[in-house]
Amino acid sequence: MSFEFEGKTYETDDDGYLINLDEWNRGVAGHIAEMEGVEMTEAHWEVVDFLRNYYTEYSIAPAIKILIKEMKKMFGPDKGNSAYLYNLYPAGPALQACKIAGLPKPTGCV
Amino acid sequence: MADKPAEKTLIDIVTESDHVKDLKGPELTGEINVPRVEEGYAVTGNYAHVRPYPAKPDIMDSLGFPETIVDNWEEAAIKRLGELLEKYKSLQVYLDICVRCGSCTDKCQFYLGTGDPNNMPVARAELLRKIYKKYFTTEGKLFGRFAGARKLDLKVLSEWYAYFHQCSQCRRCSVFCPYGIDTAEISMAAREIMDAIGLGQKYTNMTIGKLLEVGNNLGMNEKALGATLESMEEDIEEEDGFPVKLPLDVEGADVLLVTPSADFFASPHVESLIGYAKVFHQAGISWTMSSLASEAGNFGMFIGNYTLMQKAATRIRNAIEQIKPKRLVVGECGHAWRIAYSFWNTLIGPFDSLDPNYPAPQHICELTLDLVKRGAIKLNKEANDEFTVTFHDSCNVARGTRMGTRPGGQFTIPRELIKASCNKYVEMDPATTMEKTFCCGSGGGLLTDEIMEVRVAGAMPRMQALHAVMESDGVNFMALICAICKASFTKIMPKYGVPMEVAGGVHQLVGRAIELGAKE
Repeated sequence: MSFEFEGKTYETDDDGYLINLDEWNRGVAGHIAEMEGVEMTEAHWEVVDFLRNYYTEYSIAPAIKILIKEMKKMFGPDKGNSAYLYNLYPAGPALQACKIAGLPKPTGCV
Repeated sequence: MADKPAEKTLIDIVTESDHVKDLKGPELTGEINVPRVEEGYAVTGNYAHVRPYPAKPDIMDSLGFPETIVDNWEEAAIKRLGELLEKYKSLQVYLDICVRCGSCTDKCQFYLGTGDPNNMPVARAELLRKIYKKYFTTEGKLFGRFAGARKLDLKVLSEWYAYFHQCSQCRRCSVFCPYGIDTAEISMAAREIMDAIGLGQKYTNMTIGKLLEVGNNLGMNEKALGATLESMEEDIEEEDGFPVKLPLDVEGADVLLVTPSADFFASPHVESLIGYAKVFHQAGISWTMSSLASEAGNFGMFIGNYTLMQKAATRIRNAIEQIKPKRLVVGECGHAWRIAYSFWNTLIGPFDSLDPNYPAPQHICELTLDLVKRGAIKLNKEANDEFTVTFHDSCNVARGTRMGTRPGGQFTIPRELIKASCNKYVEMDPATTMEKTFCCGSGGGLLTDEIMEVRVAGAMPRMQALHAVMESDGVNFMALICAICKASFTKIMPKYGVPMEVAGGVHQLVGRAIELGAKE
């Protein structure tokens, strides 16, 4: 599968996750978000940025619990909770936010 | 000039599907009605459009399967079936002895949920049985379809791909079969044949690939695992004020805990991991997890492939040799416990180096309940007073294993442990629990989003039984001991209007109730 954005073709897996992580940029992230029906705000980018930084270091997305904890550390308890994250990414922060952040879909029993 | 549309490959043809988005489950009334097979009700093939994604060539290759459907696939499939019949006499017996009595028909959650008669266990088995008859029995060779035989062609293969991936290998039908035919084994054989000819299912095969490549289903490397555990230790100390550890790779620890990697990553799974850690901490047991064995799960079973199952299990053998523990304990994971209990001894045993005074392997629920009974740990039930709890028996635990020393221990031990952790416990309809439990709808390699339609339908019977006790007794927590069940319910419950927080682990309750600190 693939999609076109600003004249460039982006390869994705069957669920629309980017295959080549290096092709990611904010523009294409915004485009994926649009396809997901998510309107990106500053709050959305905070999550995406955190996910990308974590992935760069560990080659995997963080556990939800860690995402919540780190969000809390950085932005306070209003943003460091599950309800807040689901509000931003209704299809689930692990799946939807990772997709927009250009990370691969997690495998296994999650 | 417009591009000519690419020609369809065999894989495209047999895996063609239609994925519905934004599903909602049917209204919950508490009743499980059997779909009526007559015009306007059950329609054969009405779920044939739900097929999982096929595995990509690189994954197939890495597991030792052909990259794509081979040219002589009919011949190769019959050959593989012949080999399986030689290897597993049980398979031949199951294909021979069905008398079509119909006992199994309304026992499968996928038939009850989808109303597609191809999801009746007998019909599912017939998809393979007819081919067996055609190529391996005299009457089938002589009389063809009059003897219930059918030629293997692309139509058959596409039906296999659809309906052997609408079976969660939960074995509920087997409980009701007067001959004890194990449809799960038939479904495993069919998947094994499909893999052997180059037609694999993406979710399962990719997960096996991750396990073999990185060490667990998630693909979480050692560095990430270490950081995750450390972060969780901080959490526990912050919340409870006690230095509860989540040790990794401690050579010489008494207990080696092998748990599903979802426990390191997903919610509510992590809450159970924290529960186990608190139990070991408070009981003063030296324990460790292992980066070599950072996965209890073993999806090799789902595709009936003994070689891959053994390859995956060997990591646990290696971890035992490295850590040199006295005891081997398994965390909350349904199919993993089946493999541990029923297969590890032949796959990677014997476990001569372990302390013979303990079962090898031992389920975490048995370990914890024993500590509670001996007074080595204390549980404060009031800590869970906000919950009215019920228990969902996970299929592989219920019908493929045991716990403890008595028959039925796999039913009584988790229940006793839950009752020791909370004040309010309610059973669901006994027609839906213990050996008659329904599957969560996503077991056996079905936990993948593109077949959500089947998963939601398959969860219907359990959701009805849960809904009934939510209405009658105010149940607001369904305790589980399976990583797949946890992942499945948290996703599917909201489609039935039930909050995802209603699903959680047994050790989540234990972790909340356990009294940490100095003992009296």
